[in-house]
Amino acid sequence: MSERAAKVTPADTDEQHDEQITDSAAPDAAQEVDGDADADGESEPTPVTTGAESVVRALENAGVEYAFGVQGGAIMPVYDALYDSEIYHVTMAHEQGASHAADAYGVVSGEPGVCLATSGPGATNLVTGIADADMDSDPMIALTGQVPTAFVGNDAFQETDTTGVTTPVTKDNTFASDPDRVGTDVSEAFALAREGRPGPTLVDLPKDVTKSETDREPDEPTVPDTYEVQERADEEIVEAAAERIETSERPAMLLGGGVIKGEASEACREFAIEHEIPVITTMPGIGSFPEDHELSMEMAGMHGTGYANMAITHCDTMIAVGTRFDDRLTGGIETFAPDAEIIHVDIDPAEISKNIHADYPLIGDAETVVQQLQEAIENSPQAKKWRAQCQQWKSDYSMAYDAPEDEPLQPQFVVEALDEATDDDTIVTTGVGQHQMWACQYWTYTEPRTWVSSHGLGTMGYGLPAAIGARLAADDDQDVVCFDGDGSFLMTLQELSVAVRENLDITVAVLNNEYIGMVRQWQDAFFEGRHSASDYGWMPEFDKLAEAFGAAGFRIDDYDEVADTIDEALAYDGPSVIDVHIDPQANVYPMVPSGGDNGQFALTEDQL
Amino acid sequence: MRRGLEGPAPEERPTPAGRRNEQGIRIDPEVEATHEPRRTVISALVEHEPGVLSDVSGLFSRRQFNIESLTVGPTTNDDRARITVVVEEPDPGIDQIKKQLRKLVPVISVRELEPDAMQRELALIKVDADDPAQVNAVADMYDATTVDSSPETATFEITGARQKIEAAIETFGQFGVREISRTGTTALARGTEETAAALSATESATEQTKTQQEYPADDD
Repeated sequence: MSERAAKVTPADTDEQHDEQITDSAAPDAAQEVDGDADADGESEPTPVTTGAESVVRALENAGVEYAFGVQGGAIMPVYDALYDSEIYHVTMAHEQGASHAADAYGVVSGEPGVCLATSGPGATNLVTGIADADMDSDPMIALTGQVPTAFVGNDAFQETDTTGVTTPVTKDNTFASDPDRVGTDVSEAFALAREGRPGPTLVDLPKDVTKSETDREPDEPTVPDTYEVQERADEEIVEAAAERIETSERPAMLLGGGVIKGEASEACREFAIEHEIPVITTMPGIGSFPEDHELSMEMAGMHGTGYANMAITHCDTMIAVGTRFDDRLTGGIETFAPDAEIIHVDIDPAEISKNIHADYPLIGDAETVVQQLQEAIENSPQAKKWRAQCQQWKSDYSMAYDAPEDEPLQPQFVVEALDEATDDDTIVTTGVGQHQMWACQYWTYTEPRTWVSSHGLGTMGYGLPAAIGARLAADDDQDVVCFDGDGSFLMTLQELSVAVRENLDITVAVLNNEYIGMVRQWQDAFFEGRHSASDYGWMPEFDKLAEAFGAAGFRIDDYDEVADTIDEALAYDGPSVIDVHIDPQANVYPMVPSGGDNGQFALTEDQL
Repeated sequence: MRRGLEGPAPEERPTPAGRRNEQGIRIDPEVEATHEPRRTVISALVEHEPGVLSDVSGLFSRRQFNIESLTVGPTTNDDRARITVVVEEPDPGIDQIKKQLRKLVPVISVRELEPDAMQRELALIKVDADDPAQVNAVADMYDATTVDSSPETATFEITGARQKIEAAIETFGQFGVREISRTGTTALARGTEETAAALSATESATEQTKTQQEYPADDD
């Protein structure tokens, strides 16, 4: 990462305010002197004098190190306060990128990622990333500028009803109306984003409120009194569930994203291994259990492994932890685990029996409840035959694919090659589409917080900005690899400018088939091969484009170029892009069509 | 080159015997129940702050819950407001409504009221008054109060349960109803029972929905 201090970029707004000119002309030298003095002196923080300073102080108190955003008229007072802060601000190319970077930062670090934007278009551009974080329960806080309070409701320049627009896609949001309270609003939003089931929160900051004088320091980040989270599950239900597990003949664990967010991976591993229970994960649950372990059945659902879908369909007891039973996982409700009694562990009571009826509802923190179950179980289930069956399915429905060298390059081979060339703790981010599914299926995940993707919302373009956020949250010796599709990459590739400017060491592999591949696959299967608006037929040369941005560009067309090119790209200290020209007809299998029966997954197109 | 993967085809695989219904409940004669929509009243105590009403009403539209009426008003505590919602949903839907409402940060507590809870609505009914004696006779029948009268119209105020108000509107129909305005149902639990007491997370998630029965959610 570059050493340069956080600094304000010229505002990208039409607004011709005086302070805009003053800010962008602020001498950098003076700023650096100030920064050094603070760092050396370990002095008491300077007292808050404005609403904006109170906002920044709230972030500092919460331990925020990075913020991602884009400048603009109504948020300028906050950026001005940020100028003197130790918080490192990454100026993104587009607000959507800021929201995805903050989201991924939250996924990898476990602490809320912070994004900032101005009012109006700045705020609306954040919405996709906020909705993404909401669907995936990722901790994130968005701070948006707003027109001065007196103008609100008058359709002022760059005014949008931001709290109105974001209500359906935030865990909670607040319109800050009081300069004495604005810092505490931010503290509270930060705490809410993190506590219980995480999610995005937003504080809308009218410019008069942030500019106003106040000497009120923000309160510590705590959730409001009305927000209660249950830690421990009901003992009676725990006992009953434990008994059910003990007598189960075909037990399975289904681990969702909540396992990772609740830091319950270790507890779940111990539980599964001690009681020899096969483990299936959802897509957000990838990394909660090592996929190279013999009990691992890997991911279930629409493009899950055949063996995971067989196990999920035939188990008689399912210990589901931190999952909301999304339709991409369940397929048709009627045929989902139809023989299984469901033990559902979740911190959010509203997820219990929302999609799938919970026979044993266990509400509480994932780690605590799994430990409660562990303590309650006296005998492991006798399930030797079932485990043997699961192993049999692993060989019956192997993920092995054909890749003859004289045929076009198969994408699975590229995923496996990158996996092999990198360490186990490498972080993978993706966009959305076929490449994302291959990255799920053919990379072996062993650690939590190494899989960063857009699961619930399915946001194409997530991968590159997510890699930026993940890079800043990751340890320095961890690699960050982004798999993207050509269509997905094209949606947010302007963020390459940020990766270059900040000298972020990330490797982007674009699995390029010159199609919106997943749509093309569905069109072949369900729309008689009519490729309406899915066939690009032409794509820019991504390696050259990368070079134009100042990144390293590579291109792969054939099998024999794969290993060397990957090594070169990984060795490059900075952002690199590999434009991988794959077989444009490659498809993702297995596949359960929408609403289908998980046990009837298709292995080839003619089985659909 | 083979496209796709190898393995037993779908028809060669074993299939489980069980099944679930649309609500994700395993179908078993003992637990199987048909979930017909029913009408019920849900009362929520909320923070009295801007945006709460739109949070609540937005929740109903975006989750496609069927809502018949929604009223909101202050309580004895200046910081709290009470929202009363009449919904018509099957049991699992009613459970979801309660849980999703509880999840909103400014919502303090939520409860589904017993069928015998006190439920009242107020309606203003403006009718043609060509035959004042007859109109007044009907008004008396429903304990209606005259709020306004003009040479051509009379406007009455009626309070009561929904059914009474509907009956009144129907009876006034013979004179010609010009306009009506109704407040929607507001309600309180009977006796010492608290209308919207807070429940723990387990209680709220496992809260048994009222036994399936056909009852009018009204009383009088």
